[in-house]
Amino acid sequence: MTAAGICAHRLTIVTGHYGTGKTEFAVNLALSLAAEGARVALADLDNVNPYFRPRERKALLDRAGIRLIATSQTCLDADIPAIPAELLTVLEDRSLRGVLDIGGDPAGARALARFQPKILGEDYQLLYVLNANRPEVRTPEAAVSCLRAIEETSGLACSALVNNTHLCGETTPEDIRRGAALAEAVSQRTGVPVLCHTAETRLLPGLTGLDAPVFPITIHMKKPWE
Amino acid sequence: MAKELWKGNEAIAEAAIRAGCDCFFGYPITPQSEVPEYMSSHLPKTGGVFVQSESEVAAINMVYGAAGAGMRTMTSSSSPGISLKQEGITYLAASELPCVIVNVMRGGPGLGTIQPGQGDYFQATRGGGNGDYRTVVLAPSNVQETADFVQEAFDIADQYRNPVVVLADGLIGQMMEPIEWRPVQKRQLPAKDWAACGRKGRDHTNVINSLFLNPEECDALNRRLTVKYAEIEKNEVRWDTALCEDAEVLITAYGTPARIALTALEALREEGIKAGLFRPVTLWPFPAKALGDLAAEPRVKVILDVEMSSTGQMLDDVRLAVEGKKPIRYLGRAGGLIPTVEEMIESAKTALKEAQ
Repeated sequence: MTAAGICAHRLTIVTGHYGTGKTEFAVNLALSLAAEGARVALADLDNVNPYFRPRERKALLDRAGIRLIATSQTCLDADIPAIPAELLTVLEDRSLRGVLDIGGDPAGARALARFQPKILGEDYQLLYVLNANRPEVRTPEAAVSCLRAIEETSGLACSALVNNTHLCGETTPEDIRRGAALAEAVSQRTGVPVLCHTAETRLLPGLTGLDAPVFPITIHMKKPWE
Repeated sequence: MAKELWKGNEAIAEAAIRAGCDCFFGYPITPQSEVPEYMSSHLPKTGGVFVQSESEVAAINMVYGAAGAGMRTMTSSSSPGISLKQEGITYLAASELPCVIVNVMRGGPGLGTIQPGQGDYFQATRGGGNGDYRTVVLAPSNVQETADFVQEAFDIADQYRNPVVVLADGLIGQMMEPIEWRPVQKRQLPAKDWAACGRKGRDHTNVINSLFLNPEECDALNRRLTVKYAEIEKNEVRWDTALCEDAEVLITAYGTPARIALTALEALREEGIKAGLFRPVTLWPFPAKALGDLAAEPRVKVILDVEMSSTGQMLDDVRLAVEGKKPIRYLGRAGGLIPTVEEMIESAKTALKEAQ
């Protein structure tokens, strides 16, 4: 599946419970969109996590010609939940494809609320990322409850679900299939469609026969020893 | 049980709840804020008490009160916040109160940075508070160990009536890893018949106190503590090794640098360099004899200590253990930076070359 296939809208807003792998997905999406020829901006709006944010991969994004929008470079590591004013560029410049990486949970989604009126005027989709291996959102009830809370906080309705179930380097096709079942259950309860599953390239052969397409990803948010 | 994906800080909080933590007192500080956040939503559901205190000083004194009443009690913070708790920790040690203190270290000194660090080794192992006291210090190097050690820390604290520190660095607190909730061995624990939680028909009132104005009485406390610390040194020392059987260059590291060392070892071995890792798991008691014996082996040419510290802190304990028998080199990064795999490989090669 191509990134353009996932991003049928100009703006893609990536939300979910924290630790589900939103940033990995957002970085992969931006890189694939750029590789497919789009002018891409990736907005790092994660003001919840202090580590493992897209801004840590600035060099990689620069090389791919992706504009990174993050808290000013002079205070990248500041303990300040500031939203970069430059975010307006991606909201207003309609020649840009935008991927917005939002911090986890409703707490992270609060960053969106301020821009809700502007976002409503644009061609956007809000994705909800699922990971069946995360203990606090592994049941359909818990996952739906988190989704609803993010919608309520951001003032935006969820457009589609992304099954990003993984177990770091220990992910198996069975993990992803379990995630697919969770995504299906969430979809049935909410009416929100499943957009895609994600999988490292090495797992693709074991993933035939899923209802939604699989978006292949490469791990970029590595730990210092990986 | 199937593996799940847990963030280090969440695992710390969940492990405490699973260990029967009754009370948690804390204050937010990056990079450990997920601990109180998780506790605030989950501990009350199990009947426990969560209080976000007005300061770190208040939190550690609430720990003193709850531990004195016989509760299983924990606090957590990150480096500057742990500094604020030092007075409370020496009072807890002097009053022989069991509790668990988690430090998810960031770069220092001072307010430093919110990025990870290991500059609190001295503070944890030497005691940042006044007087002659010790705290047991457990140093996990992955999320699984973090979950296991926090659970075990409560039992160690209760067994010896002593504060136990779990010393993790920011990366371990913030990263996600697959873990399983495996049963942690429970210890036979003495009854808390010393707790100040009502007279309950006893002929005396239990008093929790660290003030002994009479020097003979204060000396008696110190003697009792010395005996206890010797017992802990005898029973609780732990370490881990990797590829040490034939190692010529020995890397010493704990926490995140020990993880980086495992990757560096693979690359060094591929180049035919016999490198091994000695990882202290308890920082106090430090595995001095185990390291000293290993370093004394004739094949070991040099030791390379690696820490997220500019000056080197565990380095002192490594020197004391090695007793000058072998040369010791140091690789350190501080201020939130982490030694890289490449730097570790280069330093190990240089150290070995210089020693030959």
